[in-house]
Amino acid sequence: MDILNQLAETFFDWEAMGEVLPKMFAVGLPNTIVLAVVSGIIGTAIGMLLALMGISRNAAARWIARIYTDILRGLPPVLTILVIGFGFGPIIRELTGSTSPYPMAIAALSLMSGAYIGEIFRSGIQSVDKGQLEATRALGFSYGSSMRLVVVPQGIRRVLPALVNQFIALIKESSLVFMLGLLATEREIFQIGKDAAANSGNLSPYVAAAIFYLALTIPLTHFVNFIDARMRAGRPEKKEPDEAAAVVGKGAQA
Amino acid sequence: MSEFASGSLTAKNIHLSFGSNHVLRGIDLHVEKGTTASVIGPSGSGKSTLLRVMNRLIEPDQGDILLDGRSVLKDNPDELRRRIGMVFQQFNLFPHKTVAENISLALRKLRGMSKEQAREEALAQLDLVGLKHKADSRPANLSGGQQQRVAIARALAMKPEVMFFDEATSALDPELVKGVLALMADLAQGGMTMVVVTHEMGFSRNVSDVVTFMDAGVVVESGPPEQLFTNPQTARLQGFLSDVL
Repeated sequence: MDILNQLAETFFDWEAMGEVLPKMFAVGLPNTIVLAVVSGIIGTAIGMLLALMGISRNAAARWIARIYTDILRGLPPVLTILVIGFGFGPIIRELTGSTSPYPMAIAALSLMSGAYIGEIFRSGIQSVDKGQLEATRALGFSYGSSMRLVVVPQGIRRVLPALVNQFIALIKESSLVFMLGLLATEREIFQIGKDAAANSGNLSPYVAAAIFYLALTIPLTHFVNFIDARMRAGRPEKKEPDEAAAVVGKGAQA
Repeated sequence: MSEFASGSLTAKNIHLSFGSNHVLRGIDLHVEKGTTASVIGPSGSGKSTLLRVMNRLIEPDQGDILLDGRSVLKDNPDELRRRIGMVFQQFNLFPHKTVAENISLALRKLRGMSKEQAREEALAQLDLVGLKHKADSRPANLSGGQQQRVAIARALAMKPEVMFFDEATSALDPELVKGVLALMADLAQGGMTMVVVTHEMGFSRNVSDVVTFMDAGVVVESGPPEQLFTNPQTARLQGFLSDVL
C-alpha cells in the first residue's frame, strides 16, 4: 500500500494542483491558446501559399515549395524552435529592442505548421476531379479564376478534418516553446505546470497541465470526427426520381 | 427562324499528338449554322479530344478552327470558350454551389451581371429545362438526368453560338437518357449549332444533319445520316455499325 500511497501523493496531490490552477487559468491557458491560434492562422496562410506554389505551372515555384516543405517537415520541432528562437532572436532584439522570445516562438510554430498545412492543402486541391477545372475553363474562365473560384474552395473543404488535426498538433507542440525562456507572463500551460512541479517537488502540477491539454484537444478530436462524418454522408436531403419535370423535350427521338 | 444567335463552325486539317501518340491525324469538320453534326466512332478514336481542340481546351499542333468563317486560333482562348457551350459526360457541376449558383457564377464573373440579374437569368434557364424548383438544391441531391439538364442550362446561359456535347448521356441510367436526348433534340430544332459526340445511334440518325464517323484519329466517312446508316461505304463503318446496332 505504501507504493500506491506514494504514487497518489506524487501525481494526485490535490493541494499542489489547487495551487497551480489560478495561474493555469490566468496565464497558461490564454498563452497556449494565443500561441496555437496565432501560429495556426499564420501557418494556414503560409500553407496556402506553399500549396499554390506546389501546384503552380512554374517549376521554380514548385521547387521552392518542395524544398521548404521537405526541410521543415523533416526536422524535429524542438530543433526548429531552438534554431529559430536563439538564431533569429538576437536579430529581432537588435531591430526592435524587444527581448521577448514570444514572437520567435510564434514564428517557429507558424513556419513548421505551414509546411504540414501546405501539404494538406495541396493534396486536397489535387484530389478535386479534373472535370471541375475543365468545366470551369469551358465556360470561359481563365486558369487562375477557375482555380480560385471552383477548384481551390472544393479542395479546402475536403481537407477540413486534416486541418483541425493539424491544429491539435499545434496545441501540443506549443508546449515546446518553454525552451526559449519565456517571461513570467508569457508562459503556457506546460511551463506553468513545470515551474510548479519544480517548486513543490511534486508531479501533480503536470497532471493538472495534462488535464488542461486534454480539455482542449479531446473536444477538437471529436469535432473532427463529426465534420468527417458529415462530409462523408452529406447533409440529408431527399433525391427524387427524374422524368416528370421537363417542360421542353416532348419531341424525344432515340 | 432560330431561337439562338448561332454560328457555323469549321475545323481544318487538325493534328494533335500527345508525345508519340498521334491522336488526331488531319481532321476536317464543318458544321453549318443552325445544324447539328454528330460524331460517332469507337472509344479512343479521338472524338472527345476533337471537341476539346475545337474550343481550345487543348491547343492543336496544326490546323485551323473557324467560328462563323473567321479563324479563332489567335483569339484569347478564354473569350473563345465563352462563345462555345460544352456539356460533359460526367456533368461536372460544381458540387459546392447550389444549382442556381452553378449557372449564375459565369454570368456574374464573366458577363458582369449583378447578383440579382444573374439569379433571375439562372432561374429563367432552369425553367427552360424544367428544373426551376431545384434552384436551391445541391447537385448531389439531383438525379443524373436532372444534373445533366442543369449542365445544359449552365452552358446555354452564356448564350453560346455553338454547343458541344461530349457523350452527354453515357453516364446516365437508361431511364434518364430519354429526357436529356429530348432536350438536345429541342435545341437542335430551335436552330442551335451543335456538335454531338455520342454513342446514341438513334439520336445521331434522327436528329443530326450530318454524321461523321471517326476511327483512329481520322474521319473515315461523313455525310447525311440516311446515307451513313443505310449505305456505309467503308468496311470500318460497316463493322462499327454491326457492332453497335
